[in-house]
Amino acid sequence: MSPAAYVFLAVILFTIGGVGVLIRRNMILVFMSVELMLNACNLAFVSFARMHGNLDGQVVAFFVMVVAAAEVVVGLAILMAIYRARRSASVDAANLLKN
Amino acid sequence: MTTLAATGVLRASWLLLAFPVFGAAVLLIGGRRTDKWGHLLGCLMSLASFVYGVIAFFTLLSYPAQDRSRDLHVYSWVPVVGFQANIGILLDPLSISFILLITGVGSLILIYSVGYMAHDSDRRRFFGYMNLFIAAMLLLVISDNYLALYAGWEGVGLASYLLIGFWQFKPAPPVAAKKAFIANRVGDVGVSLAIMLMFAEFGTFNFSGVFATVNSAGTGVASALGLLLLLGACGKSAQVPLQSWLLDAMEGPTPVSALIHAATMVTAGVYLIVRSNPIFNDAPTAQLAVTVVGAVTLLVGAIIGCAKDDIKKALAGSTMSQIGYMTLAAGLGPAGYVFAIAHLLTHGFFKAGLFLGAGSVMHGMEDEVNMRRYGALRKLLPVTFVTFGLGYLAIIGIPPFSGFFTKDTIIDAAWSKGGTSGWILAACAIIGAGITAFYMTRVMLMTWFGNARWEGEGARGGAEPRTGQPQPQPHEHELHPHESPWVMTIPMILLAIGSVAAGWFLIVNSRFANFLSPVVGAPPDKAGLFTGPGIVALVLVVLGIAIAWAIYGRVPVPAVAPRGSVLTHAARADLYGDAFNESVLMRPGQWLTRLSVFFDSRGVDGLVNGLAATIGGTSGRMRRLQNGFVRSYALSMLIGAVLLVAGLLVVRL
Amino acid sequence: MTTLHVLANSGTNLDPIYGKVMFWILAVLAVAAGLAMILVRQAVHCALMLAVVMLSLAVMYAMQGAPFLAMVQVIVYTGAVLMLFLFVVMLIGITSAESLKETISGQRLWAALAGLGLVVLLVVSIGHAAIGSAAPQTDGNGAGNMTGLAQLIFTTYVYPFEVTSALLITAALGAMVLAHRERTSPKPTQRDVARRKIESGQVAPEPPPGVYALHNAVDMPAMLPDGTTTNRSVSDAVVQRDVQLGRDPQGRVVADIAEQDRIEAERQLERSAAGRTAPELRPGAGTAEEETQ
Repeated sequence: MSPAAYVFLAVILFTIGGVGVLIRRNMILVFMSVELMLNACNLAFVSFARMHGNLDGQVVAFFVMVVAAAEVVVGLAILMAIYRARRSASVDAANLLKN
Repeated sequence: MTTLAATGVLRASWLLLAFPVFGAAVLLIGGRRTDKWGHLLGCLMSLASFVYGVIAFFTLLSYPAQDRSRDLHVYSWVPVVGFQANIGILLDPLSISFILLITGVGSLILIYSVGYMAHDSDRRRFFGYMNLFIAAMLLLVISDNYLALYAGWEGVGLASYLLIGFWQFKPAPPVAAKKAFIANRVGDVGVSLAIMLMFAEFGTFNFSGVFATVNSAGTGVASALGLLLLLGACGKSAQVPLQSWLLDAMEGPTPVSALIHAATMVTAGVYLIVRSNPIFNDAPTAQLAVTVVGAVTLLVGAIIGCAKDDIKKALAGSTMSQIGYMTLAAGLGPAGYVFAIAHLLTHGFFKAGLFLGAGSVMHGMEDEVNMRRYGALRKLLPVTFVTFGLGYLAIIGIPPFSGFFTKDTIIDAAWSKGGTSGWILAACAIIGAGITAFYMTRVMLMTWFGNARWEGEGARGGAEPRTGQPQPQPHEHELHPHESPWVMTIPMILLAIGSVAAGWFLIVNSRFANFLSPVVGAPPDKAGLFTGPGIVALVLVVLGIAIAWAIYGRVPVPAVAPRGSVLTHAARADLYGDAFNESVLMRPGQWLTRLSVFFDSRGVDGLVNGLAATIGGTSGRMRRLQNGFVRSYALSMLIGAVLLVAGLLVVRL
Repeated sequence: MTTLHVLANSGTNLDPIYGKVMFWILAVLAVAAGLAMILVRQAVHCALMLAVVMLSLAVMYAMQGAPFLAMVQVIVYTGAVLMLFLFVVMLIGITSAESLKETISGQRLWAALAGLGLVVLLVVSIGHAAIGSAAPQTDGNGAGNMTGLAQLIFTTYVYPFEVTSALLITAALGAMVLAHRERTSPKPTQRDVARRKIESGQVAPEPPPGVYALHNAVDMPAMLPDGTTTNRSVSDAVVQRDVQLGRDPQGRVVADIAEQDRIEAERQLERSAAGRTAPELRPGAGTAEEETQ
């Protein structure tokens, strides 16, 4: 299968993740959607690596995974802290930006 | 004439300015601590400038005639490439004449003021302002460029404002000071525009630079410069149409009037025109305007002087008139410059003497200024009478006295101009001389001769019904006119000597013309002392004296002003100068102001407020987008990303 | 040919037809799972859907010559990260399921439009960019995917690699700091606990669920000795779950109590009709006794 097909798939998954961020209120699900977007990016990287015939794209995807792991750890810790303070995991509840 | 660098004693010419500035600074900053000796310091500083001026004068005289223009570069004010504003001092025959007049006459007036202001609690402040006045005027005449001249020009305006309004506790002086300041501002606009035009056209402010290139700039530029400078001169020298402030300026202390009229302020306009002679020589239109202004002013001033009962206002009218002579002469070109300055110098002597005499009379009469309450004072104030009389003879131009020489030469120069314009100008000048004789004789007769109208009720001659004007004088019960102390009489005596001799000294053998000609050009040789127009003028002068004697000498002077003719009324109202200003300038100005206010509140404010309201309303609506929900912001980001991709796509495709 | 075989072949020399079939199966699976992930209500289901997507992607990595990444994807992502998600879902508990009703007006419409626009634009631009077919691999000199990656990571990308290690340590520390619950007041002593208990007026332990209740269930509020019910006996999580499921145990209890009172009144009437005086029993205790009889 040509890399273009994989890239198109990556685009679709990325958009699904993005829409998920927008429409879900649960912070955990927002995180999951972000993970989906990151995965879509990784797929694109791997496809590009294959297209170019070298491994740099794979290395970048590897780094993305590392960073994503760190992000998830910190993000979920924050989520826990918020939940402890507010007894809610809804992103809409954390609207302190309003005032 | 080339300008050489100042050498020797002239290198210290900054002292001229430094002395009065130091005096003003000490007196004004020192405050009450200097009350005791402040007036002495003021006199001393002015005298020091005068002494240096004399030294510089003789130093210049020791040079050959072509080398008498000496420039001292003091410092660079704005040292930018393409904009060199250097402050320098120019000592040449023209400026040294003014320096001697300003510091000499100014010092005499200051010494006189020691006596005159002795009972004023603010004498120290007065001397501080006077020193400031002299300093500003000196800066005006000694600077070698128009920028520093303008600084002095404005300084003179400021000092005159402070001095005219010196008695701030009275209602009239502050108003008069404001009027003088505003009228001067109108003229100042002309000068500042002229300076800007110079910089735009020639790229320099220096006299030498401007005068060297004005020839090649064309008549249009020269005419514009000349007319703008004339506007400035009109403001400072109280020429028509900016004459209205001068009469009101009499509200200041009398020494101030003397200083303004004789030595400093009103001469500045004449100085400016004469100093800018290369510009005017290239601009016949501007010259014509100058002569017209001078001729009109000399008649207007004379007519106003005829009707005033206030001795100082009568003298103020005569000042306008005499400055009109000078302006007229200055407008005649090289033929008249020398005589304008000569008349200015002699006028400085006799007008200062007359004003100081008037001040002396007021001093003896407890500040009474109405001549209808004077009379028969000649025996009580003999010194003042003699000095005033000599000044009188000088101003009306009786042959051996100084006014004759200088005024006569101006009439001659106007006559020699030829053509219809020369004829008209000479006629104006001759008629002006006759009127001058009339009103000055009137002043003499009303003040010194006739019956003593200050001796209680019975002494008020005249059976005129009192139409509300006279109020009972509070001090009328005990009025003992007395001679002034020596500190006041000595300056008057010295000025009287100048009034007698200065004209003869300057004009005979063309002394002054030879001295001044390297700067302003030589006038044509004169036929003799007595020329045709001069004799006509003399006849008119005698006629004026006779008429004045017929009205004021032969019959007792009424203590209350008679109704008078239409012309008298007009003259009493300053020939409706104020009314003209009020109706033509002030009222439309007020309407314009109201219109501007309306436009401002409705138009500009409406626009601004409307804009603010629009933004406020828009913000109020936009604020709802800021709902604090992270997901909304994330949506904005996504939409932004979509737009970005779309934009890139549009650019790339 | 099995999936393992595909993995072993590292994708590059895969028989094209198998690649195509595999891709289409996995692509449809991934998209469907992704859509399901953002649409289903329960957080646990979402996590499972995400796991499906991730595993599909892992296979795709393998098919594209990235076996190392495929393994990392399975182990790190599906194994560790997703487990972390599940732990958090468990900790946060029942609220992790949310109502799907949108609260911000227009949010869904605009999100859908923006997503659609993004897909269309990206597809157009990528299609325009003319992505070529796979090129033969040049890195690693045929030494294999892992060796090639290792060479790149420890030569060209060594600095980013070291930085990521610092990042990971920082993240670990950050998580510890954030998860650590700071004690802001001194720990209550046994005396403090006892005093607080006496002061609160509730000396006895909280009533256990179902005690004195008509219904022997954890979501039933306990009945106090005075006959009223108390919600203190029911866990918050249970209450929230009942609300989510549309149940109303409280109402049922009230209805049951009313029913019981009616039965009791009838019995008293019967007893008085039979000449017996009604025993002075507390209503709750009486009913409970009779219930147990």
